[in-house]
Amino acid sequence: MPNMNVKRCEMPLQPKEVRSHNIEEVALGYTKEMAMEEAERCLHCKHKPCMQGCPVSIHIPDFIEEVKNGNFKEAYHIIKKTSSLPAVCGRVCPQENQCEKYCVRAIKGESVGIGRLERFVADWARENLQEENVKPVLNGHKVAIVGAGPSGLTCAGDLAKLGYEVTVFEALHVAGGVLVYGIPEFRLPKKIVEHEVDSLRQLGVHIECDSVIGRSETIDELFEEGFEAVFVGSGAGLPNFMGLEGENLKGVFSANEYLTRFNLMKAYDENSDTPIYRAKKCVVVGGGNVAMDAARSARRLGAEVTIVYRRGMEELPARREEVEHAMEEGVEFKLLTNPTRLFGHDGWVSSIECVEMELGEADASGRRRPVVKENSEFEITCDCVIMAIGTSPNPLIRSTTKGLETNPKGCLIVDEKGMTTRKGVFAGGDAVSGAATVIQAMGAGKKCAQSIHEYISNLNQ
Amino acid sequence: MELLTVRIVEQECLNPTVTKMVVEHEKISIKAKAGQFIILRVDANGERIPLTIADTDPIRHTVTIIFQIVGATTKKLNELQVNDMIYDFVGPLGKPSEIEGLKKVCVIGGGVGCAIAYPTAKALKIQGSEVVTIAGFRNKELVILENEFQQVSDRFYMMSDDGSVGQKGLVTDCLRNLLENESFDEVIAIGPLVMMKFVCQLTKEYGVKTIVSMNPIMIDGTGMCGGCRLKVGGKMKFACVDGPDFDGHEVDFDEAMARNTQYREFEHHAYETCCNLLKKEEDHA
Repeated sequence: MPNMNVKRCEMPLQPKEVRSHNIEEVALGYTKEMAMEEAERCLHCKHKPCMQGCPVSIHIPDFIEEVKNGNFKEAYHIIKKTSSLPAVCGRVCPQENQCEKYCVRAIKGESVGIGRLERFVADWARENLQEENVKPVLNGHKVAIVGAGPSGLTCAGDLAKLGYEVTVFEALHVAGGVLVYGIPEFRLPKKIVEHEVDSLRQLGVHIECDSVIGRSETIDELFEEGFEAVFVGSGAGLPNFMGLEGENLKGVFSANEYLTRFNLMKAYDENSDTPIYRAKKCVVVGGGNVAMDAARSARRLGAEVTIVYRRGMEELPARREEVEHAMEEGVEFKLLTNPTRLFGHDGWVSSIECVEMELGEADASGRRRPVVKENSEFEITCDCVIMAIGTSPNPLIRSTTKGLETNPKGCLIVDEKGMTTRKGVFAGGDAVSGAATVIQAMGAGKKCAQSIHEYISNLNQ
Repeated sequence: MELLTVRIVEQECLNPTVTKMVVEHEKISIKAKAGQFIILRVDANGERIPLTIADTDPIRHTVTIIFQIVGATTKKLNELQVNDMIYDFVGPLGKPSEIEGLKKVCVIGGGVGCAIAYPTAKALKIQGSEVVTIAGFRNKELVILENEFQQVSDRFYMMSDDGSVGQKGLVTDCLRNLLENESFDEVIAIGPLVMMKFVCQLTKEYGVKTIVSMNPIMIDGTGMCGGCRLKVGGKMKFACVDGPDFDGHEVDFDEAMARNTQYREFEHHAYETCCNLLKKEEDHA
């Protein structure tokens, strides 16, 4: 008899008063007992509706069945068959919009905590299993991957399993992409990313850090070196700014810069040589997950933090859980508010002027368009502003590679197989879609691995 | 983790505050062009700092950097000796200087900026341009690359603030004299922001196109952080991907000068801490 509790088993969290002063992970993860109890809530629907919501098609009811019976090792093997980064996905996927959205239990109550279970299984495996990653027999074909972020790592893993000799070129000094420079330690501990990257290395994937494709080497040179196909997963790149007066004042940062200092360069640690501005009163502009990450990071460095977002609570694009955590940690939300200019004193930002907004008709995205309320200007005093309003694709690859076409926004154009307008060059992740989620990037990396396999098999027939 | 360290093969003190270092890096030595830069980290906790490539030797597979000891990181870097390893060394980054087709150019270097101006002067000379160089220093003690510049310049002028070497005066004094009497296809000015600002003011008067090399605060150097943003012609540009060379008449120097002081307090503190640590090590030794 399944567990018919309408509520899911709660996730233990670090107390809010404590966690806003440290960088340790906020969500502590299920115990074995909690995991097995939650797994009991799965009804094992024959048509597996949850699976249609998973970009990498994890066999969800099957792994949950194994968790229910305490066969965690088996559960892990089921997940690993289709997902190369389960400990990451279990933490950062917006499951409520994916697998859990289709869960039958969500009709009368809460869906099964699929993400939480995935995380439990991956964490259990990391702590208890000695992974015997047998290097697959090489098939004699070489593939280059540009960017060691979620899409590149996924593509690399899948190709390595098929026997390809895979080299991943990473611009930064560590692999992981947004998982190491963007998503903070308190949401995704870096040792987890390292572990996932290590298991790819055990599969035989070479990772070359400090390699900026487009500059260190071009894509054409990679082909000359004998790579038969290239996957571009170079990410979103350039941070957007609003073009407001005062945006270049000192104390104004892109979320990318602020988070890169905080995460990649570990600026919260006094042993790190990288400086970070320790604000007293910080305003974060934007309402996505990146805005939440920046706000919560600033909070941990001791700032009072206000998030300014032009639409309402319903429209916040960030995950509900992240918004709740931010609120619990004392981040203030000023919704239906849009910045108009920044004022400075001695070159430093001293306040931000905003206007109030109201929601009008629905726009093309289906969300109601925010409209400025006349004469509603007001100022918020602050000594730091973080712009978290998205990114545009990096021009480096497209400007140094012939035959790569992009759309007007600068995103690489790909066909249904993930191939760009240049033969043998595939692409996925934010470089194609513009800023999106980790799991969407992984889905694209996975699809491209399959396409590259077909492409190279056909070439060599 | 695999570490991508590079070995130092030469280290030379050019003046009390400026050091030249030659490291082994095959790919960069072959690939780099004048005007490009690298990013390095000295050790595992090190920050990423951009430094312009001062010279390359594609046969010996070496890359030369010249840096001024201004903060904790450059201080630590300066402590390294021949055969020591640098943790990360990434490049070549940024767009190469566009020098094709230039027949007569005035290259201006100010202080340690001469290290950046030299490879450009050399590249111009190699392509057959007429090169007139003006190098400015505070005093005789701080002169660097004098011989190197002389070898690649058709004419070479040296200026110093106190008159202890060359002529007494600013690079702009020398430049004004030249501009009164001859014309140039382009002026290329590299040095402190304030020097570049005044060179640009002067060349604007004479209507001579002027290129400057900007060296703002950066982290990744690949167009991700936006820390290196500048206002050029009223538009936002990123020095790492759009530059580092820009049309000097379009650059907002005052804003760039303000932005470069963003972490001054932190840097000062880090520098002091670093000096104290090094002093302790010496005391123990």
